[in-house]
Amino acid sequence: MDLAAVVVYEILYTIAFLALISAGLAVVFGMMRVVNLAHGEFVLLGGYAAIVSHNTLGINIFVSMLVVAPLAVAVFGVVAERLIIRFLYGRLINTMLATWGLSLAMIGAFTLIFGPTTTSIKAPIGGFAVGDYSLSGYTVFIIASAIGVVLLIFGVLKYTRAGLIARGAMQSADMANAFGYDTSKVYMVTFAAGSALSGLAGGVLAPLVGIGPTAGLLYIAKAFITVISGGASVVSGLIASSGFFGIVSQAVTFATNSVIGEIGLLVAAVILLRLLPTGISGRFFRDRL
Amino acid sequence: MTARQVLSSVVVAAIVMFVLPVFFDVLNLTTFAAYALLALSLGFVWGYGGILCFGQTAFYGLGAYVYALTAINTGEAWSGFFLAILLPALFAAILGAMMFYGRLSDVYLAVVTLVVSLILFRFMNHTAGEQWVIGEARLGGFNGIPGFPTLHVPGDPEAYIYDENLYYFTFVVLVLCYLLTRWLLGSPFGRILVGLRENEQRIELLGYDVRARKTAAFAFGGALAGLAGCLYANAAEIITPELFGLGLAAEIIIWVIVGGAGTLIGPMIGAAVLGYLKFVLGLRAVKEVFGRENPLEATLVFGVILILFILFLPRGVVPSIQGWLGKARPGRAGAAGSGRRRRTRAERARADA
Repeated sequence: MDLAAVVVYEILYTIAFLALISAGLAVVFGMMRVVNLAHGEFVLLGGYAAIVSHNTLGINIFVSMLVVAPLAVAVFGVVAERLIIRFLYGRLINTMLATWGLSLAMIGAFTLIFGPTTTSIKAPIGGFAVGDYSLSGYTVFIIASAIGVVLLIFGVLKYTRAGLIARGAMQSADMANAFGYDTSKVYMVTFAAGSALSGLAGGVLAPLVGIGPTAGLLYIAKAFITVISGGASVVSGLIASSGFFGIVSQAVTFATNSVIGEIGLLVAAVILLRLLPTGISGRFFRDRL
Repeated sequence: MTARQVLSSVVVAAIVMFVLPVFFDVLNLTTFAAYALLALSLGFVWGYGGILCFGQTAFYGLGAYVYALTAINTGEAWSGFFLAILLPALFAAILGAMMFYGRLSDVYLAVVTLVVSLILFRFMNHTAGEQWVIGEARLGGFNGIPGFPTLHVPGDPEAYIYDENLYYFTFVVLVLCYLLTRWLLGSPFGRILVGLRENEQRIELLGYDVRARKTAAFAFGGALAGLAGCLYANAAEIITPELFGLGLAAEIIIWVIVGGAGTLIGPMIGAAVLGYLKFVLGLRAVKEVFGRENPLEATLVFGVILILFILFLPRGVVPSIQGWLGKARPGRAGAAGSGRRRRTRAERARADA
């Protein structure tokens, strides 16, 4: 019984982890058809921002994670969008390559600034026990954050005027322009929002995972797979694919070990894309958010 | 390709082959020649087949591992040498068939190929234990496999080919592969392949089986990459899972972009020049100029190069030069295709959104 609770808890955590690290990429890919391969480094930047702001500047840890990290990455995202990405809209492969370049450059810059070692902060919430097993209480916070992020994306896109304008501009840029909306600005804000979500993920996860210059590879591979397998619908695709991969990888992990679990996730992704070439939401949740 | 073109290519290649060792270290040159072959494989698959494979390292690493494992088990090199071409080609054919008959394209194809090389990377890193043995060879996990027999004169396993001779051998193989690829592109198969890159639907409506042709092209690219892996293994004399890694996967794409997709010579030059640049950035003397343990990061430089090329010279160096020459010498529109292809792809992406 206790073991079952632990298993469910671990699966929920894996799903939340995947949803968190993929949310920013999902917004940018789903809304703008831009694949940001520097996404992993954006997440890391959020982690670094949270660590610096808490450890060096002494700002409250929750403020560092939930406010400073997203803001810092959003600002960086705007700069990257203005300097690089806005010239490449509509050229899917070229944006992928340019952001891959950005990713490499950021890895190099992190190594120069923070050194090649891994840094972290202490989790602000202690553990609790379920029967004989002790679990990390901070994980509950991660799961809550993931749910919050998904609700936030859904709410903004569905119920606010800004979300409506953004969706309109993505569907038909010319029409949105004709109505007097500056689509270039809409793209910029959308990219900044996606970056902020990446930063939030980095900030929130910083106490759990080590933040080192090359750790971004871990995120980009998983986030990329989750988002592409999810398909073009931002929210339903994100939920469906992180749920699917979370369950698969944890099930395999329990049956064998964590490395095989990760390989299981990757194999599942290849099979899934072979069966559903446009992702889960390309097949099941067409034209939904 | 006419006999005259073959002859002139061979003469130029021979001059380059004998001049380079005067200026550079032979071991480095051997490595760069292997890199150039790897770049040639992606240059063919991507630049001519229009298949953007993010995981060309999968076949490269596979070639290296197949060679090392066979060489250890048989005690001689040549069966491993040919298996290192054959097995990656077979693997590429299976993977390609799975993707192309499933109609995967663009991003989805990129993800699948990337994921496959990640799987191999993770798996090979995981094989450190005693139980991971193939025949007499331990897979060795992240430490890789050292000390396998290297290439030797056929029939005499004691007469190793090394140093200068290995360099000449690698270079000759590279030139042969280049000529083979040129010949393939001039054949009906190659012409249909280029047409397919320009407009897949039209080729299909003309009655050609697009899926089979893409699979065949992908397998050929896999064979070249596997051979490159085998040659690299012989130069380095150790192989590690890094051969499958994302870092190298990124580098290959940068070589091709910088040199120029849509040419064969461009990616090879890109690989050699950038390979040398990376080598120089890693040198102790350069590290001392910057006065710290941690030099100007090669990744930083490469990232910036990639961004600048995508923004300002997306066609790459060689097609741009050909373009400038083409203005002066009308009738050679070698590079025009790649520009047009980008635009059609952009339109398609817009239509998708």
